[in-house]
This record gives sequence, C-alpha cells and structure tokens, in this order.
Amino acid sequence: MISAPDVVAFTREEELEDELCSEPPLPEEYSVPLFPFASHGANPWARVASSKFTRDFILISEFSEQVGPQPLLTIPDDAKVSGTFDLNYFSLRIMSVDYQASFVGHPPGSAYPKLNFVEDSKVVLGDSKEGAFAYVHHLTLYDLEARGFVRPFCMAYISADEHKIMQQFQELSAEFSKASECLKTGNRKAFANELEKKLKDLDYTRTVLHNETEIQKKANDKGYYTTQAIEKANELASVEKSIIEHQDLLKQIRSYPYRKLKESDFHPYEPECALDQANAGCDQDLTTSEPAETHLYTHVPSYTPKLIKAKSAKCFDKKLKTLEELCDIYFFTQTLDQLHQIERTFRGDVCYLLTDQISRALLKQQSVTNFLFEDVSFLDEKPPEKQYRGCRGLSQDAVDGRCLEESPAPKVVISLGSYKSSVECVPIKMEQEIEDSQEPKMTESVTFEHQENLDYLDADIKGSISSGESIEVLGTEKSASGLTKSESQASLPVSPSPQAGRSKVGSRRTVSEDSIEVLSTCPSESLIPEDFKASYPSAINEEPYADDEEGGLRFTPKLNPDNADEQEDISKQEDLVQVDSTCCIGKESPNFLEPLPDLGQKPCDEDGVVRIPPQPYRQAEQGLRGSFGGFLSHDGISGGLLPYELDSRYLTGSRDVSKSSLDECSDSTSYISSAASTCSDRTPSPAHPACPASERHKKKAGQNALRFIRQYPFAHPAIYSLLSGRTLIVLGEEEAIVKKLVTALSIFVPNCGVYAKPVKHWVTSPLHVVDFQKWKLIGLQRVVSPAGVNVLHALSRYSRYVSILDADSKTLRCPLYKGTLVSRLADHRTQIKRGSTYYMHVQSILTQLCSKAFLFTFCHHLHLPISEREPEESVVNRRMNFLKLQLGLANEDIKIVQYLAELLKLQYIQEPGQGVHPLLRFDYVPSFLYKI
Amino acid sequence: MLRWLIGGGREPQGLAEKSSVQTIGEEQIQNPYTELLVLKGHQDIVRFLVQIDDFRFASAGDDGIIFLWNAQTGEKLLELHGHTHKITAIAPFSSSDASEEKKHLILTASADRTVIVWDCTSGRQVQRVSCFHSTVKCLTVLQRLDVWLSGGSDLCVWNRKLDLLCKTSHLTDAGISAMVELPKNCVAAAVGKELIIFRLIASNDGSEGWNVLEVKRLIDHQDNILSLVNVNDLTFVTGSHVGELIVWDALDWTKQACECNFSDSSVHPDVQPEIKLSQSPNETSVQHLTSDEECVFAAVGKGIYVYNLQMKRVIACQRSAHDSSVLHIEKLPNRQLISCSEDGSVRIWELREKQQLPAEPVPTGFFNMWGFGRANKQANQAAKKMQENTPTYFLDLVGDLIGHSSAVQMFLYFGELGLATCSADHLIILWKEGERESKLRSLTLFQKLAQNGDLQLK
Repeated sequence: MISAPDVVAFTREEELEDELCSEPPLPEEYSVPLFPFASHGANPWARVASSKFTRDFILISEFSEQVGPQPLLTIPDDAKVSGTFDLNYFSLRIMSVDYQASFVGHPPGSAYPKLNFVEDSKVVLGDSKEGAFAYVHHLTLYDLEARGFVRPFCMAYISADEHKIMQQFQELSAEFSKASECLKTGNRKAFANELEKKLKDLDYTRTVLHNETEIQKKANDKGYYTTQAIEKANELASVEKSIIEHQDLLKQIRSYPYRKLKESDFHPYEPECALDQANAGCDQDLTTSEPAETHLYTHVPSYTPKLIKAKSAKCFDKKLKTLEELCDIYFFTQTLDQLHQIERTFRGDVCYLLTDQISRALLKQQSVTNFLFEDVSFLDEKPPEKQYRGCRGLSQDAVDGRCLEESPAPKVVISLGSYKSSVECVPIKMEQEIEDSQEPKMTESVTFEHQENLDYLDADIKGSISSGESIEVLGTEKSASGLTKSESQASLPVSPSPQAGRSKVGSRRTVSEDSIEVLSTCPSESLIPEDFKASYPSAINEEPYADDEEGGLRFTPKLNPDNADEQEDISKQEDLVQVDSTCCIGKESPNFLEPLPDLGQKPCDEDGVVRIPPQPYRQAEQGLRGSFGGFLSHDGISGGLLPYELDSRYLTGSRDVSKSSLDECSDSTSYISSAASTCSDRTPSPAHPACPASERHKKKAGQNALRFIRQYPFAHPAIYSLLSGRTLIVLGEEEAIVKKLVTALSIFVPNCGVYAKPVKHWVTSPLHVVDFQKWKLIGLQRVVSPAGVNVLHALSRYSRYVSILDADSKTLRCPLYKGTLVSRLADHRTQIKRGSTYYMHVQSILTQLCSKAFLFTFCHHLHLPISEREPEESVVNRRMNFLKLQLGLANEDIKIVQYLAELLKLQYIQEPGQGVHPLLRFDYVPSFLYKI
Repeated sequence: MLRWLIGGGREPQGLAEKSSVQTIGEEQIQNPYTELLVLKGHQDIVRFLVQIDDFRFASAGDDGIIFLWNAQTGEKLLELHGHTHKITAIAPFSSSDASEEKKHLILTASADRTVIVWDCTSGRQVQRVSCFHSTVKCLTVLQRLDVWLSGGSDLCVWNRKLDLLCKTSHLTDAGISAMVELPKNCVAAAVGKELIIFRLIASNDGSEGWNVLEVKRLIDHQDNILSLVNVNDLTFVTGSHVGELIVWDALDWTKQACECNFSDSSVHPDVQPEIKLSQSPNETSVQHLTSDEECVFAAVGKGIYVYNLQMKRVIACQRSAHDSSVLHIEKLPNRQLISCSEDGSVRIWELREKQQLPAEPVPTGFFNMWGFGRANKQANQAAKKMQENTPTYFLDLVGDLIGHSSAVQMFLYFGELGLATCSADHLIILWKEGERESKLRSLTLFQKLAQNGDLQLK
C-alpha cells in the first residue's frame, strides 16, 4: 500500500519529479528506485527479453528411468503458457543439476536394500540464451517398481526474470519445500500401501509354492530331488528372501523421521493433520507390533493377493506409475493446490513482489496503527523460523553486498576434484559418475534386481548427459548437506559402466547441439555425432515410448520437430503478442504507443529493462522506531516476508487488457451493467481461504469505489461518515446492488480491532443498537411489506447513530461534511482508472491519516495537563490547535482523526487477555438529505 | 424520517406531528452522553438495577439471574444463579462492622418464594430463606436497627443472620407493594388502597428481639397506592393509581397536602384547571415518585410533574414527556431530571425558571428540514398557554437517549461514571460521557506507556 507499481511509471513525468524535490527526502526504505531509463522513454515493463514463454510457470519434470528427463505438467496447465519454450529441453537441464541424487541400493555392509530419506535440493539455474531462469527443487519419490525404489522428480519455477528468481529465492524455497513435503508425505503413504500389497502377494505366493512343494514331496518318493523340485525350492527361498526384504522396506518407510516434520513449522496438510498423526502413531506401532498392522489392513480389505511369478515382467514392458499414482490422491491434489498458489503468488513483476514485501515489513513495524485499515491477520502469522533464519542472513548480507551473488550464504561446495566450484558459475555435476557409482551396489543385489534393469539404467545414464556451458548454477541452499552428500558419493568407486553403449535409446535424447557442450570428462561411447544433428531442435518424441501414459496425461507436446522454421515464425509472432500483453500493465503511461525497441537479441540493459529492481527490505533502519521502539516491534522484522497471500494482479496475460478496457467503458455507464464485468474473472478460483482481503477483493473493491465516487456526488459525506465511525447503512431492494456498494465503501472503513472489518454486507431483519456497535457499514434490505416497515421503524428510531444511503432512490442522509481530506481521497475527477491503483491510492492517504492519528494519540500534552494546576480548557485549546495548525485539519476532518485516535487508544490499552469492549461513540449532530 | 424512508411524500400529517410529545432533534449540545456500551447477559426483561458501591451495580429481572457489573468498564463481574423464578425485589445490604472490612451483600426476593443473601465479592450465596407463604414483593433494610423487612402477604422482620424476629398476621392476599422507613422505628407499608404504619418495638426480654405492631391505617387513597417515597425526616409522599398525591407528616401520619388534579375529578377546581389529562386512570397513575428537599417529582402517566412542598402546588409539568408511561424518574444534583418510559427512551430534563426562558428550542434536526418541526411549535404553544398562570418554572428537554428497543424499566445514575439503563429488550446500556472517557483512555494509555518503559528514548 505504501508504494504502487504504477508509481514507477509516473516517475518519468517531470512535474511530478519537481514536486518530489520540493518535499523533504523520503527515508531510503520508503523510496522506490527511480526508473533508470526514464529519460529514454522506455517502458519499464518492456522486458520481453528473449524468453519464449509469456509468463512465469511451474514445471514438474521427472527423470524417468525409461525415457530420461521428461516434463510432466505445467502450472498453470495451459499450453499457451509455455509457448514455444522447449519444455523437454528445459527438463533435461533442470534434471541434470540434481545434487541430491543419492539412490537406494544395497549399501556395502548391509544385507537388505536401504531407503534413504533424502533431503530435497534447491538450485537456481539460468539459461540466458533461452531467457529462462528457474528455481529448481529436486525431490525423490519412492516407487516399488522403480530402480532402486526411487524416482527423481523436480519442480521448477520458471521465469524470464532473473532477479525475481534470485531475490525471491528464500520465499520460493520455503514455498516449494512445503509443496514437496506434502507430496512426499503422500508418496510415503502410497509407498507403504504398495509394500503392504506386495507383501500380501508374496505371502500368498509363498503359501502356494509351499503347497506345491509339499505335493511334490509326497508324490516324489524316489529319494532324490528332481530338478523341478529344486527349482521350486529355490523359488520358495527367493520369495522368502523377498518377503524379508519387503518387510524391512516397510519398516524403513514407516520409521520415517516424523519428528523432522514436527520441528519445521509448516504443516502443508493441516486438514488431515489428525489423520496423519493417527497414521504416524499407527506407524510407530506397526514397526513393533503385529495387531496394529492388521488394524491397518482392515481399511483396505478389498485387496486380494495375487500370485507373483518368479520372474517379473521385462522392465520395458512395464508401465511406470504416474505421479498421481505415486502419491496419495489427497496429498497430490493438496500439492497441486499449493503449486497453483505459488504460481499465483510469484507471477507478475518482481517490482510488485518487492514493493509488497517492503510495505508488509513496514506495516508490521507500525504495530500500533496498522490494524486500522489493513488486514493484519496475515502479519500475525509467524514465519517459519527455520526458513527465515537464512533469509535474514541474506538480507543483512545484502546490506553489505547489495547483491545476492556476492553474499557468502548460498554456495555450492563440492569436494569432488573434477567439480569446479566458483561463485558465479558452478558447472553442473556429472550425472554419469553418480550413476556409475551406483553400479557396484546394484550388481550385488542380483537376486532382487534383475539383470534387465541394468540395461536400461545404462541407457538413462547416457541420456542424462548435459553441459555446463549455458546452464549456470547460480546458487543452492544447502551447502552443508550438499557437501556431505557429495563426499559420500565421491568415496564410491568410480568405474566406467561395463554395459555402456548397449542401448541407443538414451543417446538419442541428447538435445540441442548449440547450447550443450559435452563434458570432456565424460568418456561415454553414447555420444555419437549423428545424434546431435538428428535431434535439433528438440526431439524427444521420436522415442517409441515417449508418449507413455505419464507424459500423455497432462503434458502434450505440441511441437513437431520437423517444422522448425514454422516454429520460429510462431515464436516471433508470439513475441509481438507478448509485447502487447506485458505493456498493458503500463497502460496509463502515455508513452505506450511509442515504438518499442528492438526486442530481438539485444542484451537486457539496452532493452530498457529495470536492472535494479527494489532491493528486499533491509532491517537496518533503527531510527524509524524512535522512542516507541519498544512496543513497535519486539521480535524484529524478518527481511523477506512471506508473500503467500499475494495474488498478483500484474500478470502478463490478456486479461488485463480486456479488463482495463472494460473499466474505461463502464466508467460512465450504469452501475448494474458494469457489475457483470467486474464479476467475470478468468482465474477460476481465488483460493484464499485464509486471507479474506485478497488482492482480487481489493481490486474489485477499488473498482466499485471508483464507480461510486464518480456516480454519486454525495460520496464525500458518505465516506466521512465511515471514517468518523458513524455507521453507514446502504438501503436497497436488490441484494446485488447493495452488496456492491458495501464492497465499494468497505475500503474506507477503519477496523475496530485486529479482527475482520466491521462490515455486514446484507441484513434483512430490523437493526438494533448492538448492530451499530458491531458494524460500521451495513447493507440493509428494503422490503415493501409490513415486516419491512419494522425494519424502517428501527432505522428511523436509531437515525441519530447512522447515515443512510438509499441505493434505490439514490439519496443520502447524513451529517454535513466540510473538510478537505475526503476530497483528496475520493476525487470524482480522478485520473485513476484501475481498481487496484485506486485502492492503493486510498490506502496511501489512509496511511497518512493513520500517522496523523498516531501523532495525535501519543502526544501526552494534547490530552493531559502539563502541570497539576493547568486548567482543562488550556489542554483543550492546545489539542485543537494541534489538530488545526500542526496537522492541518479543517472542520470535520478533526473528528475523523479523533475517532481514529480513540480506536488507537482502545487498541493500545486493551489487555491482552480480553477483547476490546465494543463501544459506540456518537455525536448529536443534525443530518441532512443529499440527492443526486 | 420514517416517511422519507418508506418513500412517501411529505404530507403535513407526519407521524411526529400527531403526538404532542416534545422532541429535541438530533443536535443536543447539552447531552453529555456520547458513548454507549451495551451489556448483554440477561435473557428476559431486566427490571432492577441497584448500586452496590462506587463502581459496581447489580441487575436483575425476569430470568431470575443477578448480574454484577463494573460501571466504568462495563465488564461483567459476577453472575449469580439461584432463583428459579423472576426476581421481585432487590436491596443492597452492606454491613459495616467495625472489626471487619465493609462487606457488600445483596438481598434478592423472587417469585419462587425465596430470599437469598449474596456476597458481592465472591458471588456466593450467603444464606437462603424459603419459608415464605407468598412472594416477597418488597425488601427494606433498616440499617439503623440492623434488621431487614420483607413484605409480601405479611410483614416479616429479620436480622442479619436471617433469623425471623417477628412477623405480622396475614394482611391481604395482594400483599405489601411498597415500604418506606419512617422515624421512630416506624415503617409505612402500602397495602392496596391502605397505608399501614407499623412500629418495631424492642422485645422486653432483652436480646435483639423485636416485635412489630400495627399503629395506624390510613385510608385516604381512592385507589391502589403505587408509589411511596421519603422526602425528609418529617414528610413522606404517596401516589395512587388514580393520580392522587398525598403528602404525609412522617411523625404523626397526618395528611399535609393532597394533589389530585392530575385526574379530571376536579376536587379542587380552583387549582390549575389547565392541567388536565385524559380520563383514563392509567394516564394519571402515579408510577414513580422521587424528591429532593424542595420538590417532589412525580411520574404521572406519560407526564412529569414537579410539586413544590412549600408552595403546595405543582410548579412545573410536562404533560406528555414521553410517548408512553413514564416508569422511573430521578432527580440529578444539577437541577436535571431523568425519566425513562415504556416507549424505550430516556430523557433528560432541566428545571428552569420562567424568567430566563431561553430562546425557543430550535430543533435543527431532520424534522425541521422537512417541515416536521411544527410538532414542536405546537408543544411550545401549549407551553405558552400554560405560562399565563402556571408556575415560574418549566421542564426543558435537554437530551434524549435512544438505544433500547423496548420499555426502559429503570435506570441508575452513577454520576461521572454515567448512566445505566435496563430494559425489556434484555439489555442494559451504559451511557457514558464521551469526553471524559476519551480523557480517561488517554490517561490509561500514557500510564501503560510508562509502565512498558516505552517513553524512554532508546
């Protein structure tokens, strides 16, 4: 609310700059950096760069053991989002920087396969050529049928804006960790279920085999065993072994360190928390006692065990589980919801995100006044300590270095000799070695893992080769854990794969000749030159199983590798479209129609892109806190606040174009007709259960408010009523109209406490004095019936406490307003056209008002005598002088500040245990009737 | 206002115009109450408010629950459950034993034929008496004798320990409706139309025994006596349902004066013939009486009358002070008078001398704007008519408090702390002086700042 993105665009205008100069300079933390290329007439939103996608999106990819890296789904799930951007290629890249990849197998010394509870790794990588920058979050899911029981996945937040990824790293990391944790929990659940089923199968098989052996034994009295019998006995033995192994696995998966989850503050699956805990408790029991296990079985009674063939099907025949199948369905949808939320949170301009974070941080400091006009519920939520510790470190570093890259916190240190680690550029890890290092382990478990598995393993290994040239790994979070892991990996013998080159499947997957540099350290036979040529620009669907179920489920590659030229054309066209859509943000800027600079391949700096977006808020300004520092904030402010509820409106979609044009059209049209336009919203659901005052609501309210002040000449006294704490009743027959007016006016209602706004959208019963105590803005139904008369009787009875806005006859009955404040707040000739902009305008003026109220409230001598003997009158005089001269308030404006001051006092003196006693303050002032 | 809301035209026969009740409009400069607190708790009509000490009061009503409130903050202090029926009488009963600190008790009588003594600090039932044959309708504490009386179909005298000291024989089925303490250990009790004087006589056998003796029966009232109030040590006043007001000598129980002209029976046709009300006895029943040293203030029907004891006549009146019966009336120290009524409003009046008749009250409110102000003109014309030979005083409406949606049963004036009103809408409203409250909050705020150490520069 303190600064709006729109403000940036205006900094070009000279007269505004002059005005700014005349005023004392703002403290640094309040200032928005001026747009550096303003003089060139460039548009700050012209950042199209060279990216081939129109907006940020989230990509989920898998390193499939069958086909190598493949994209699974994008969020939003819309083919238009990624445009001509090559998801296959990018999947390959992001999957190839996985540092965690410690796979499961038989560790040297252990008899059974061991599950590793691998921590996720978080990497930032950029591909300047593609214009894509990504936060990449790697995770592993368990799959009984997969090699080593693990399936590597990754979720990537892909944006064209490098700064966004870098500056929002902590936030992204926190959010993605939550989503990942949720997904993994669901996966563990599914995995345990799978194991249970498998165990049943094995058990059943064993019984069958046992019976057969017995029969054979009986039938056979020759004294020696037939080969058949020996075979059976072997089979039986291997089944027995398999059972033990699976039981062990089940034990392992159930002994997942849940305490780890409890330590961390996030619980992504709150709704099922109880159930989960029950399960967790159950799981603990299961590891020790049998009855509990049977209990768990009871709720999956439908499963009938199958006979397991001694030799399982060939690996290539079997179908890998889809992501959905890998995860408990509840958790899967939960994860998707979270990812959608992340996408909504982080899309849009980084400037918006940062200003929002700054204003949040500042708001949090203003703990005495912030409740008045802000929704402070989100400020109260405690940021997870664990994640923000790092964040604070970062922001403090930023004070010195001003640049994330220079900060010492996130660095990738890899101890392998062949890995170069430098600050700017960390060459990607060579998958080959890790993969190879698995081999000795794998070969030990022949009885369990069939030889065939190894074949395709090799194929994958070859497929995973990628280069470090254009992929710059810019930073990872877990340097410490990464270190230990790579050390352990390094200790494994590095041996070239004996089966290398046996399959050509993977080698065909090497892609994009121009941007991949084959690592010379990798002695792979699979890198046959023709593969490079054949695969330009990005062809993975040549592979026979490329479109298996998993790929086809959500992700449908639209591109045909043959018509590369066509694609280029398309991409050019899309570039143009992109320009339009991104520019619509700055639509109010008169320079919109200027020819845009050549957007082709120029470096960013010449494109007129904001190179220095606002830095994240730094907690360095102690002076701000002044003498009230003690109560302003006791627990410090974390630098990066969680912008979880932020639903950025500044998406670079076509929606804003249509919206803003609608806005303009409907400005002068009637209220009802414009209603439809505001209601329509392309985004399916705001999904903000926790945050009532979502961005969308703000925008809507702002639009409605704009319309209100343009349509009603008596908007000023109405707003004055709200600001001075006099309940305003919107009376009307039609619910929709009344509610719309109430929404519009709600942005002017000061909160009485930290709870929800005192706004009641629709009431049908007669009002009572208690209602005026509780609500400051009420939508009331007008009924033409005897019952309705009661409603009106009550209204006329309590008319001294309320202002009444009659939506039907367009009249207003309320006290006179002669102040100046509201006219600045609600100027019917305002040039502001967008709802969200107007909302911010209102918020900034209200913040000003808050600071006046704060000053007034906390000046001792304005309320209490300086000396014992001082008469009351002189205090009153002093108070009025202060209000009039110091604060520059006129007439009724004084009452507004006085009312806000009372609210501040009430809030401050409120005892923590008990809520504020709701009290109704009023004045005996005459009301007047306003008509259009 | 209503008409405007309904959307009709502005016909001259507005609702407001029909009634001759004086209205004040929305601008009330002299009305100090600009803040209100709604106290919720009761589930039925709240009938009684009683002050316990400087900042606490108790409320009771038809739901049988007694609540104790903080008059400053509006905080609910205690909730006393014990009665099963509605409460019929309540009286504070504070003991001031020299040995122990002051102990606040309250007595409550209920339709369940019990009387309970409550401790106001702990909220405990101290004692409970349930040997009554009928509902106790009034309770009177004689602090001087350290006994209390309960009045129902008979009169009982109790001591602090709740021992029954003595009782009268069965009086009537209707029972005693009001009691007042008189000098010389006497008590006046209103029983139907009769006023019975009882005297308490210390029993001969020493020990704190008392005997109660009926001394005199006064049968001057034509109808049931509704109100009974002490003026000073020498006089007390009674009012009846048909609008008789009789001033009695407290020592020899003789009639000093009688005012019956509230009704049209015209016993004294020579006295103020213009003060005539409609014929219905309900309109003239003396609902409540209060007094200061000079005057008796009577709530008669919808009106308020001020009777001067020395002049022995009504010196000022407001025939229709409210839209409906006035239920309670109280004199404030600053020549102001507060009345509450069945119409749900509380009004503040000021007794002013005629000579300094201020400019005609100018209603600047909404009604004026709409031409509804004529109602006031009528009222004023009526007042002018009275001027000629009525008294030198008149009652001026200073402000009204509108908050309750139903009859305001009673109110309690707490001085600076404000005014508590209770009503049939189950609510109690605490009316506060906004200016004072604002200042108090500032004071608290700076105290808290100092306490938190936030005032020091850091």
